[in-house]
Amino acid sequence: MEAIKEMRAVYAETLVRLGAADSNIVVLEADLMKATGTGLFAKAYPDRAINAGVAEANMVSIAAGMSTEGKIPFAATFACFASRRAFDQFFVSGNYARLNVKLVGTDPGVCAAANGGTHMPFEDLTLMRAIPGLVIVEPSDPVSLEALVEQAASYKGCVYLRLQRKAAPARYAAGERFEFGKAKVLRQGTDAVIVALGALMVGEALKAAELLSAEGWDVAVIDALSLKPLDEKLVLEWAAKTGKLVTCENHQKRGALGSAVAEALAESGTTCRFARIGVDDQFGEVGTQDWLAERFHLTAPHIAAAVKNLH
Amino acid sequence: MDPTERAGLETFAKEIRKLAIGMIGEYGVGHIGGAMSIADVLAVLYGKRLKADARNPRSPGRDRLVLSKGHAGPALYAALAAKGFFPMEWLTTLNQGGTMLPSHCDRNRTPGIDMTTGSLGQGLSAACGIATALRLDGNPATVFAIIGDGESDEGQNWEAAMFAAHRKLSNIVAFTDFNNAQIDGTTEEILGLGSLSSKWAAFGWNAVDVDGHDVGAIDAAIEKAKASKDKPSMIVMHTVKGKGCSFCEGQVGSHNMPVTREMAAEAIAKLGA
Repeated sequence: MEAIKEMRAVYAETLVRLGAADSNIVVLEADLMKATGTGLFAKAYPDRAINAGVAEANMVSIAAGMSTEGKIPFAATFACFASRRAFDQFFVSGNYARLNVKLVGTDPGVCAAANGGTHMPFEDLTLMRAIPGLVIVEPSDPVSLEALVEQAASYKGCVYLRLQRKAAPARYAAGERFEFGKAKVLRQGTDAVIVALGALMVGEALKAAELLSAEGWDVAVIDALSLKPLDEKLVLEWAAKTGKLVTCENHQKRGALGSAVAEALAESGTTCRFARIGVDDQFGEVGTQDWLAERFHLTAPHIAAAVKNLH
Repeated sequence: MDPTERAGLETFAKEIRKLAIGMIGEYGVGHIGGAMSIADVLAVLYGKRLKADARNPRSPGRDRLVLSKGHAGPALYAALAAKGFFPMEWLTTLNQGGTMLPSHCDRNRTPGIDMTTGSLGQGLSAACGIATALRLDGNPATVFAIIGDGESDEGQNWEAAMFAAHRKLSNIVAFTDFNNAQIDGTTEEILGLGSLSSKWAAFGWNAVDVDGHDVGAIDAAIEKAKASKDKPSMIVMHTVKGKGCSFCEGQVGSHNMPVTREMAAEAIAKLGA
């Protein structure tokens, strides 16, 4: 396993690498190039790095226009703006028009930390999930990030990639293969399964499994990776196998991972006990990421408690 | 413009009007007012200025058109059908379930449509994206865009205005259909636009005012715009909503109105051959 690596560096380095082989790859930013780290791409390919200024709606429609000409635009901004601010542009000009826009929402959920409630996206996944056919992924580590960016580039169609910019430890060996719609089992277990989405929550889920292990619980952890399509087959298989399932997301409970898993469970008739870890119908606020994770009950002890409550 | 060419383009504009009135009359309701007011610019584009190949509607060398006021689709469908992009028979299917000609332009359904539009304010941004991509590819094609005056209320147009000027996208030639009317009233009543050409000029564009029903004036403005080396161009066309359609010319309420087959037949007859 690789050491801890800054996710935004992986994002930018991957685009630079892909951009060398394919001159159609372009980067769009809305005055957050410094935050996203794509200055590296701009340095390598100045003509293909387009800064739209603080105008996210315009940026997303421009990306859509570029894709009509065969360009493969990666447009990034904070996830709150990518979803709430530019939703109709992404919906109509990107998705409804069946174009090829890769929209990257950074600083998901409590990762927005000191930027506070205005910048804290607890609803971007719910909004995006409503768009027909959209692929939604949230990598959990540098290895899955690199692979999913690469897949997004070669995939014909819109993708929403939720990106934690901060450093995250590698959960996978270099060269591990990933694909849209596929989750990964990170830890085996027989008593319950935790299904987590994104770097922060996968980390907390693994910690929770350790806490539970100390108390004699043998708990599996699944890295969801792909919210849409969701790997229902794998999730249902583990739900049936363990009989207890807890979803974990750095997002509100309504409409995203927990809802998608609940829908799959209910419609398949799979019998299992079920709980969701996520933000419970609240707005964000300022604080450190750690403080906020605790404030919204997203941390390992809360996950472990949720598992134990499933009797 | 010589008289023969003018007569030819005016005849084409009349044909666009008649076909658009006919298809809306066939369906029974539609965006007739704003379709009529852009018939003349469409005649100049598809009759002269816009390079396109009906047999190869996505050819890389073509000029692009983004009809950002996508609700005026019927006028564009008339021009495209007349130019052979698809069979004339399609025109009577407007807005019928499964049609290739929906009320608002759809690039995946209709040959010759370059961008899906309908949610106002997004088309000029898409045109900026197309123009930027063409530049990267060294493609000399022109990107035409048509926005509405009511549509100009959408702030995103002005984001696109700044972007295009900043990046010197002189390959964009845009038009505003300034027919002075939007759904709830005149533009001055609802959200006054003041001098649109002054606004565009202040945003760093070449901006001119033309009579949007004078094919010669439109043509001359396009020629001048295409010669621009460092600025995008906005041609503010002063038009009349419903122009040329006897039952709605000059009527503010013609944005989206019921049209019977009888009304359509009478209006088409009045336009003459």
